[in-house]
Amino acid sequence: MKLPSLRDVATEARLLLIGIPVFLWTMIPIYHMFLFAISPKEDAFSGKLWPDHPTLHNFEIVFKQQHYFLRDFYVQFWNSTLIAAAVGVLTLFIATAAAFSISRLKVPGGRMVLNLALFTYFIPAAFLAVPMYRTMGNYGLLNNHWSLILAMVTIASPYAIWVLKQASDKLPVELDEAAVMDGATTLQIFRLVYLPLMMPSLVAIGTYAVLLAWNEYLYAFLLLSNDREITLPVALGNFLAADDSPWELLMTTGFIYALPPAAVYYAFRRYMVGGLTAGAVKS
Amino acid sequence: MAITLSGDQALPGPPLSSRLTPAQVWGIILLAPYLLVFLAFVVYPVCYGLWLARAPANYVALYNDPIFARAAVNTLIFLVIGINIKMLIALLLSGFFAQQRTWIKWLSVIFILPWAVPSIPTILSVRFMLNPEWGVINHLIFSFTGDDGPNWLNDPTVALSMAIGVHIWKSLPFWTLILITGRLAISHDLFEAAEVDGASLWQKFRYITWPSMQTLYVTCTLLSMIWTLGDFNSVYLLTGGGPADLTHVLSTLGIRYLRLDQLSLAMASIVCAMPFVLPLVYFMMKRLSR
Repeated sequence: MKLPSLRDVATEARLLLIGIPVFLWTMIPIYHMFLFAISPKEDAFSGKLWPDHPTLHNFEIVFKQQHYFLRDFYVQFWNSTLIAAAVGVLTLFIATAAAFSISRLKVPGGRMVLNLALFTYFIPAAFLAVPMYRTMGNYGLLNNHWSLILAMVTIASPYAIWVLKQASDKLPVELDEAAVMDGATTLQIFRLVYLPLMMPSLVAIGTYAVLLAWNEYLYAFLLLSNDREITLPVALGNFLAADDSPWELLMTTGFIYALPPAAVYYAFRRYMVGGLTAGAVKS
Repeated sequence: MAITLSGDQALPGPPLSSRLTPAQVWGIILLAPYLLVFLAFVVYPVCYGLWLARAPANYVALYNDPIFARAAVNTLIFLVIGINIKMLIALLLSGFFAQQRTWIKWLSVIFILPWAVPSIPTILSVRFMLNPEWGVINHLIFSFTGDDGPNWLNDPTVALSMAIGVHIWKSLPFWTLILITGRLAISHDLFEAAEVDGASLWQKFRYITWPSMQTLYVTCTLLSMIWTLGDFNSVYLLTGGGPADLTHVLSTLGIRYLRLDQLSLAMASIVCAMPFVLPLVYFMMKRLSR
């Protein structure tokens, strides 16, 4: 075995000098959350870096809904799931159809629609939230899951259309032409040629929309207010309403809430990184 | 990173008077769902909002509201200082993560976590860390120095800095990832040639990395500024706009007016931001749809 040269060691040391702070910076808030989740209340509030008596009791309380703030935990979890799934499906449907129409069918005015979508993508979401809230009121959708679903679809689709359009443009035109030669109708091309080839991008966009909806706080808290209608993040925010918030339970619920998106992200990382960064910024 | 939409602008649609082919009919049908969503949930709200904000009295009221002025300044600080710090760190880290090491690969997997997990629990976690009585930070300060730590979120400057910190924590991984892709797209031959010529690390950055990445870097910075204007969570969940409404930014201020049932003021405050937002948006659209 060859001993590493002094220069290699120095380089490695310098890299570690960056790597260790980066690791700590990234992990501390997450570790702190995890720490609270496994600590009894006394340990959590005494600033210990590791609890004297680590316990899963907090999880038990959450899963048995044994606290005032957690009465509707399962309902809220289900609301979050349902809304995220609906946003994923609807966004995929709307964006794929639009991207196919603009990129493959060259529909007249498609370019303009794409620009409008891009414009929406750049409106800061918190700015649109104000008029959106009132609009949902006018439509009579406040406190209805559809308001949040439709709002999130509105926010997710511009980016989805744009990324899918970019990906569509890369598919060779000859494929469509050959299918037309064989007598395929437009819908058959869409279903049998286009969708299978677009699968990686569709996975990326579906994941993007689901995560966006699952993570959304602002719109959820504006549009939904009834305890049995709200999603998990709104319920987490409501913990703060009390003066003596049970922070250890808040962090436990938050930890449970953060697990699915992290798992989804890592499961689809291969698609996400390729599909999203390619579309996110071009230079 | 140059993925251009070649030949796209060269396609003016056929004159509408000509008969539509079946493919184009399908094109319109397939585009319809998005157009409906766009009309119902973008065009209508925006027009309605502008209509609500039409009265000049709103702008007088905003002008006289010290919280608005403070929020505008805070937003500028957030964007000009916060985003530039974030992008500089992202640029540095992209160089770090471009190193070929197994442990750096693993670190990059962990590094993405803040972006992959929802912001509510993590921001609240930071909020508790900063709690003056029970937070872990002041506990540590006490055990090392015997003094009580500062009341972090009670000082507007510190509180706003912390909100910027939380924002950086959350979105740094994303921008680093983008800049890594930019960096990896640079031909390796250039660096090898520079190596042979005995170029220093700084020279390699100055003459190879930066020229190839500056467009991407500027685009990312502008895009991040636009998006950060809409960053409600970092401020709202950490400071709630407090103390005494001194740490609001425009996005939380709009929602504050909304909660106070002053919808026209909320819209007016957003309209005031438009002279800054629209040029950025225009610039980005030019750049992205080239």
